[in-house]
Amino acid sequence: MRLVCYAALPGILAQVLFFGWGVFVQLVLAGIVAVAAEAIVLMLRKKPIKRTLQDYSALLTGLLLAISIPPLAPWWVIVIGTCFAIIIVKQLYGGLGFNMFNPAMAAYVMLLISFPVQMTNWLPPQSLAENSTSLIDAMWVVFTGYTVEGYSVAQLKVDIDGISMATPLDHVKTALVSGQTVSEATDVIFMYGTTGAGWVWVTLAYLFGGLALIQQRVIAWHIPGSMIAAVALVSVLFYVVGPDNNASPYFHLINGSVIIGAFFIATDPVSASTTPRGRLVFGALIGFWVVIIRTFGNYPDAVAFAVVIMNMAVPLIDYYTQPRTYGHKA
Amino acid sequence: MAISPTFDTVLERLKRQELWQFPGGVYPPSQKSLSNTTAIARVQLPELLYVPVRQHAGLEGTICVTIGEQVLKGQALTNSNTPYSVPIHAPTSGVIVAIGEHTSAHPSGVPELTITLRPDGNDTWTDLQPIQHYQHLDKSALIGRICDAGIAGLGGAGFPTHIKTSSTKPVEFLIINGIECEPYISSDDRLMREHAWQIRQGIDVLNHLLTPKCIVIAVEDNKPEALKALNIACEDNQDMQVIAVPTVYPAGGEKQLIQVLTGREVPRKGLPNDIGCVMFNVGTCFAIADAVFSGKPLLERVVTLTGNAIQKPQNVWALLGTPISHLLSHAGYSPRAQSEQQVIMGGPMMGFSATSLATPVVKITNCLLAPAKRELPNAADERACIRCGFCTDACPASLLPQQLYWYSKAKNYDKSQEYNLFDCIECGACAYVCPSEIPLVHYYRKVKAEIRNQRDENDKSEKAKQRFEARKARLLEEKRLREEKHRLAAQQRKQAMAKDGSAQDKIAAALARAKAKKAQAAAASGDTDQSNEAQQQAAETPSVNDKQAKVAAAVARAKAKKAKQASSAQLKAEEASASSDKQAESEQQTNEATSSESQVVTEKSSAATDKKAKAAAAVARAKAKKAVKEVQQTKDKAPDNQQAAGANDNEAAQTSEKTAEQIKREKVAKAIAKAKAKQKTLGEKAE
Repeated sequence: MRLVCYAALPGILAQVLFFGWGVFVQLVLAGIVAVAAEAIVLMLRKKPIKRTLQDYSALLTGLLLAISIPPLAPWWVIVIGTCFAIIIVKQLYGGLGFNMFNPAMAAYVMLLISFPVQMTNWLPPQSLAENSTSLIDAMWVVFTGYTVEGYSVAQLKVDIDGISMATPLDHVKTALVSGQTVSEATDVIFMYGTTGAGWVWVTLAYLFGGLALIQQRVIAWHIPGSMIAAVALVSVLFYVVGPDNNASPYFHLINGSVIIGAFFIATDPVSASTTPRGRLVFGALIGFWVVIIRTFGNYPDAVAFAVVIMNMAVPLIDYYTQPRTYGHKA
Repeated sequence: MAISPTFDTVLERLKRQELWQFPGGVYPPSQKSLSNTTAIARVQLPELLYVPVRQHAGLEGTICVTIGEQVLKGQALTNSNTPYSVPIHAPTSGVIVAIGEHTSAHPSGVPELTITLRPDGNDTWTDLQPIQHYQHLDKSALIGRICDAGIAGLGGAGFPTHIKTSSTKPVEFLIINGIECEPYISSDDRLMREHAWQIRQGIDVLNHLLTPKCIVIAVEDNKPEALKALNIACEDNQDMQVIAVPTVYPAGGEKQLIQVLTGREVPRKGLPNDIGCVMFNVGTCFAIADAVFSGKPLLERVVTLTGNAIQKPQNVWALLGTPISHLLSHAGYSPRAQSEQQVIMGGPMMGFSATSLATPVVKITNCLLAPAKRELPNAADERACIRCGFCTDACPASLLPQQLYWYSKAKNYDKSQEYNLFDCIECGACAYVCPSEIPLVHYYRKVKAEIRNQRDENDKSEKAKQRFEARKARLLEEKRLREEKHRLAAQQRKQAMAKDGSAQDKIAAALARAKAKKAQAAAASGDTDQSNEAQQQAAETPSVNDKQAKVAAAVARAKAKKAKQASSAQLKAEEASASSDKQAESEQQTNEATSSESQVVTEKSSAATDKKAKAAAAVARAKAKKAVKEVQQTKDKAPDNQQAAGANDNEAAQTSEKTAEQIKREKVAKAIAKAKAKQKTLGEKAE
């Protein structure tokens, strides 16, 4: 788990770089709350605290949740989310190894459904923003809702052109609803410089970290591989059928949390399938659901939902993908 | 299961040194160099030898020595009395000082029957009978020799060797296992290096016994010296293939080695010889050669003494029964210097911690590992399973160790077996790769033992249950038979009654007859009331008299029937009255015979019928009286001279006649009863 935390560092750095100190503030907050919540529950359960905390799983849960939520979301969002993840999703099921759902993703889903406004308040990438935020500003916004100078989150969201900025996925979703084509919508996004969009860099940084994890044999290639392949395949199918109404595979892969999800979230061993074939099925079906939910669902991103849905299917997948034991007939 | 490669395919590939792979496997760092650099050493005799009676995977033999007996080196201490037992022998000459329980070389350390021997230091051999030309010896005699030498698989399982050598299935591949994949052990390595020729001799004996199509000698490629030595020893025989097998743990497992060499899989619940393979450890081959060419039974084996807590790691020839403390002190192990005392019997992967340093070396003890602190993972470091699946990737049997662990820990025996717990070869690869340092195999062994115990108990209770059920069923069946018999009997009676007329009719007839007889008797005895009539009756010829009585009875019966107005009965009665004497007589006889039965039936029948019967009987009685009177009246008209006839004479004649008739009747009755009985038994049989 510690190695997974390390591998997320490049992505986190990119995120801080492009989305401001808010990300960092959320991370620290989530980390503290996660470890504290875990320690308290372990104490209540009379389990060894220090030894258990050393598995870094609580920290990783906090980290994943922190990088998933908008950087300037109010402090109580991440606190509620982390507590929910650690206490309810993980410890109440018996702690590490016994949780059925990915704690970070279950908490994310809970937050998204409970606090949709706070959870979708994304800032435009730092370089584009009119009012870039300092660390102090970020802390002020997270804890009070306003910067030191008194700007609100809504004001911070205004970009160079004075247009409110959503995430690209959000943007495309809204554009499609308002009758635009995908290319029209994406043109707007990438109008601000093809690389400057920030999201691409963040995604690439996480991809790097993820590949390092595979190279270090911390995670197996099965889940990320099959998930990314499935996202690509399903989105290609949609794109071929209706290029105007469906985003391109590249758009699907590079935006939102497909890459983070594939390498850092879906690979959570506890809640993922554990058989060799099962892992492939598990990853592929997450990829499938991601595109389906993105295309037909109400929410712009879908990784959390897809992961939680597939967490539920794990016992079934595991049962039907048992390998053939030595000496047994196929 | 994948299609098994044919013999030719396998042979072709072997010749090209092309092998198959088994799934999973791990690469623990080799620690063989600790112990494999020096020659196998000799150890001084210990003070006491603890020779367990059962040292292999079979049954124990019967002890044939007594306490205080002086034994010679190589003398058998037990007899093998079943095919699954092999004898044990005195490892050196000395005195038997005890026969009793001693710590066993088993993970549990549960005491087992052990013969304790105090060596006399002379090491005097018993008479040995080497075989010079084993080829000329009968195969069964040769196999007997192997059995008598007490040889069991020295690779680890300890399966009696003579059973493997007497395989009747055709053997395609005789595989000699020189893999020794455990990271620390080097006993086979040293043996192959130093005694390759004797191993080859053992292989020759096995070749003679099993006549395989091909002999494969497999050695891991991390033992180049052993490979070279065996290559030299076997180069003259073209049927022998010395194969270098890639070093992967657990390539030395029987099933895995078969898979690597032949691409075949031993079927579930099957044996290697089901797929044309038989495998022997190199140590076993060495022991076979010893037994055949020197006549020496299995008394000692090579044991690796290794681990960082041992000052002089090495291989030694250890007499079976040597307490491990003796060997360890020989190698410079000081228990007091260790903060965490632990001695592992076997390798780090599959071995177990010895419960006591007095534990003896047995036929399957290949290594004593005394690790320094932190040399091996500590069981106390166990953390929660995070289902990472590393164990799945490592498992050579393609099991799902994480699921087995889950169900083993939950004591879910059914699910554990559903996930093929019993296909686990306990190689320990899963525990080796486990990031949470869970001693997985430990859990599997425990649950396996528990399931076996439960099975045994279930078998027992199942047998008891079966016995109980059988008894219950038997009792029920007996009861049913009894009831059926009664029912049939009743049915038969009813049928018989229907044939012969109604019961009431019979009773009436019987009663009427009785009355008639009574009347006759009264007449004969000269009753005051009817003395004249009786005399008159007596004057008549007996036959006539009888006839008349019968007719009267028949008439009475008919009347009784009429009174009842039962149409069918009436018809019969009319027939009866119209019928000849004979018919009447036979009918009477039948009636008499069945009277007792009919009484029983009448008892059973309703009160109403009883009443009717009584009424009918009364009517019949009245009629009978009337009839008798009428007869008498007609007789009154008969001439007087008849009266003058000798009363005594007539009486006598009548009596004799009567007795004759009675006898006849009895006989007929008996016959009928017999017939009835037969019918009954037939009925029962039909049931």
